[in-house]
Amino acid sequence: MAASLQHAIEQQQLPLEIVRNGSRGMYWLEPLIEIDTGHGRIAFGPVTRDKVGEFITSRFWEHSTEHPLYLGPTEDIPYLKNQQRVTFARVGLINPLSLEDYCAHNGFKGLQAALNMPAQDIVTCITDSGLRGRGGAAFPTGIKWQTVLDTPSDRKYVVCNADEGDSGTFSDRMLMESDPFSLIEGMVIAGLAVGADLGYIYLREEYPLTKQIFEEAIEIARVNGYLGKTVAGSDRQFDLELRLGAGAYICGEETSMLESLEGKRGEVRPKPPLPAVKGLFGKPSVINNVITLASVPTILAHGPAVYQGYGIGNSRGTLPFQLAGNLKHTGLVELAFGGTLRVLLKDFGGGTRSGKPMRAVQVGGPLGAYLPESQWDTPLDYEAFLAIDAMLGHGGVVAFDESVDMCEQARFSLEFCSIESCGKCTPCRIGSVRGTEVIDRIRQAVENEEKRVESIELLEELCDTMIDGSLCAMGGMTPFPVRSALLHFPEDFKSSA
Amino acid sequence: MNKISHRQSELAKHVADIVQELKLEQGALLPILHAVQDELGYVPPESVPFIADSLNLSRAEVHGVIGFYHYFRSSPPGRYTVQICRAESCQSMGSRVMEDHAKELLGIDFHETTADGEVTLLPVYCLGNCACSPSVRVGNEIFSHVDKIRFDTIIDGLGHQAVEVK
Repeated sequence: MAASLQHAIEQQQLPLEIVRNGSRGMYWLEPLIEIDTGHGRIAFGPVTRDKVGEFITSRFWEHSTEHPLYLGPTEDIPYLKNQQRVTFARVGLINPLSLEDYCAHNGFKGLQAALNMPAQDIVTCITDSGLRGRGGAAFPTGIKWQTVLDTPSDRKYVVCNADEGDSGTFSDRMLMESDPFSLIEGMVIAGLAVGADLGYIYLREEYPLTKQIFEEAIEIARVNGYLGKTVAGSDRQFDLELRLGAGAYICGEETSMLESLEGKRGEVRPKPPLPAVKGLFGKPSVINNVITLASVPTILAHGPAVYQGYGIGNSRGTLPFQLAGNLKHTGLVELAFGGTLRVLLKDFGGGTRSGKPMRAVQVGGPLGAYLPESQWDTPLDYEAFLAIDAMLGHGGVVAFDESVDMCEQARFSLEFCSIESCGKCTPCRIGSVRGTEVIDRIRQAVENEEKRVESIELLEELCDTMIDGSLCAMGGMTPFPVRSALLHFPEDFKSSA
Repeated sequence: MNKISHRQSELAKHVADIVQELKLEQGALLPILHAVQDELGYVPPESVPFIADSLNLSRAEVHGVIGFYHYFRSSPPGRYTVQICRAESCQSMGSRVMEDHAKELLGIDFHETTADGEVTLLPVYCLGNCACSPSVRVGNEIFSHVDKIRFDTIIDGLGHQAVEVK
C-alpha cells in the first residue's frame, strides 16, 4: 500500500513525503495513515488496499475533515488519549530505524544520565522506581540488578528475554519493531549498572520481521557508536547479539532460556543457584523481559519518582496491556496499574467483535486464569490478581464470547502443557497428559454422575500435585486456567458439548 | 559420481562451511542448526556426527537438541510451510473450525506434507498477531483474520495447482 501511495506521489508530483512509522497499536483502524500538519497529526483509517486509489484522488490532505475515513487528530482518539504511554511513548510516532527521530524524542537521555552515575546509583534508581519484571513473574528489577552487581566475576551478562510465547501478547514484538533503540538503550544501561559488557537478546523464531528490524537497529547503533568499545563516546564498552529460539514455549522460562542460549535442550534448571549469581555460561546474569529493559531509559532520564508516581500498592509504573481475541477494538493499551479489567474490556476493547455477550477472559497468557464477569472489577494490580488465583503476567488479555466451551479450554491448557513441557520434572511431563485424559473421561461420563464427580476430584488432586511438585511455572501454573474453568464455569463440565 | 552421493557431498560441504563459520561462537549449536536449516530446509541426520565432532559433543547430545525444539526438522519440508496458530487468542476467534477446514482441504494432518510435496502443515503456538486473530504464517509472511474462505485464498495464492479436495 505504501508502495502504491509512493508511486502516486511520484507520478502526480504530489506535495507529500511518506514516513513509515511503527504501529500506534489501534489495529482495528489499520492501515492507518497520518498527516503531519506541522501542528499535530491527523489520522485516517482504515485505509485498506482497495481504498487507496479513491483516497489519493480525493486529495485527502486538502479536505481532510470531510473524508469518510477522517478520524481527527490522532492524539485525540479516545483509545490513545486515555492511555498513559510511558514505555511506549515513542511507539507509532517515530520511524523505528531513525536514530535522528529517536534522539529527537528523548532517546539516549537515560544513557547519558547513566554514564555519569556510579553503578550503585543506577541500580538504586531502578530499585526506587519500583519497576518489577514485566515478563510475567513481576520480580523487583532493582533487587535482581543489585544481586548481579554484588556478585564478583570476571564476566557478566545482560540477557533480554524476547521469547514472547504467551497467547494474547505482542507488546515485546511491537516495541522491538516500532522502537528498537529503546531496548538497546535499556540493555546498555543494565550493562553499566551491573558491570556487564555483553548482552544477548533471545528472540523467538516465530517473529521473523522482528528479527530483521532489530538486527538492523543493532547494526545502526553499532555504526553510530552506541554499542561497541566506546559507548556514546565514553570509555565503557557494551555489545549485543541476537539469538533465535526454535519454537519452544518453555524457553521463555529464564533458566530454560539460558540452557538454550548455551546450545542445549531447553530444560529448566533447579534454583538456586539464581541466574543473578550463576546464570549464562555460569556467570552472573541480569535476565529481564523486553518491556522491563525498555522501561529503564525513561526511568533514568526522568528520575525514579516520575515512574514510581504511576500505579497503586506495590505495582508501580505502567503496564502495556494487550487486548486480544474476541474484542472489537483490539490493540495495545499502556495504563498505570490500578484501573480495572472492565475498563479495558468495555471502554477500550468496545465489547466482543462477534457481537455476542462476553463470557470469559483469560489474563496473563496460557498459564493465567479464566475470569468470569464477577471478577472483572478486580484492580489491575499484581497482588489483587494473585489474591483471586489469577495473574497479570505479561499483560495479555484474551476475551471469549458465549460460544466458548470452558471444558475444552481447560483441556487445551493441559494439552498445551503436555506439548511444551521440557520433560525435566514428572508432575508437568506426566501430569499434563493424565490431565487431558481425565478431562476426556469427565466429558464421556455425562450419563454417570458418580464417575463424573470422581473424575473431577481426581483432576483437582492432579492440579494440587502439579502446583506443589513442578520445577517451574509451566507445570506449576497450568492448573490455574484449569481450576478457574472448573470453579467459575462448572456447567461446562456437565455436558459433552 | 552418481547423483545421490553428489548430493550428499553438496550437503556436507554446506554444513562444513556453516560449522566452520560459527563453531567458535559461545553456545554455537543453535546458531549452527538454524543456519543449516535456513540453507537446506532441514537438518540432515547424516550431518549430525560431523556437527557433534566439530563442537566436541556426542551425537546423542546434538540429536537430543534437534529433537527438543519443534522448529528443527530432520526431513525436507514441502515447498510451502503453512503454520496455523492454535493458541487461545486465535481459538476465541474461531481457529478450531478453520484448522479442521485446513486439514480437510489439504487432506493432511499437522506435521504432514501433501502428497504432491507442496504444503507442509504445522501447528504454531502464537505468532504475536493476537489483535488480528486467527493468524496463519506461510514462510515469513503472516496472515490476519483467517477464516475458512481466507484460508482457501491463501492456499490458492501459493502458486500451485488447486489442492484436490477430499
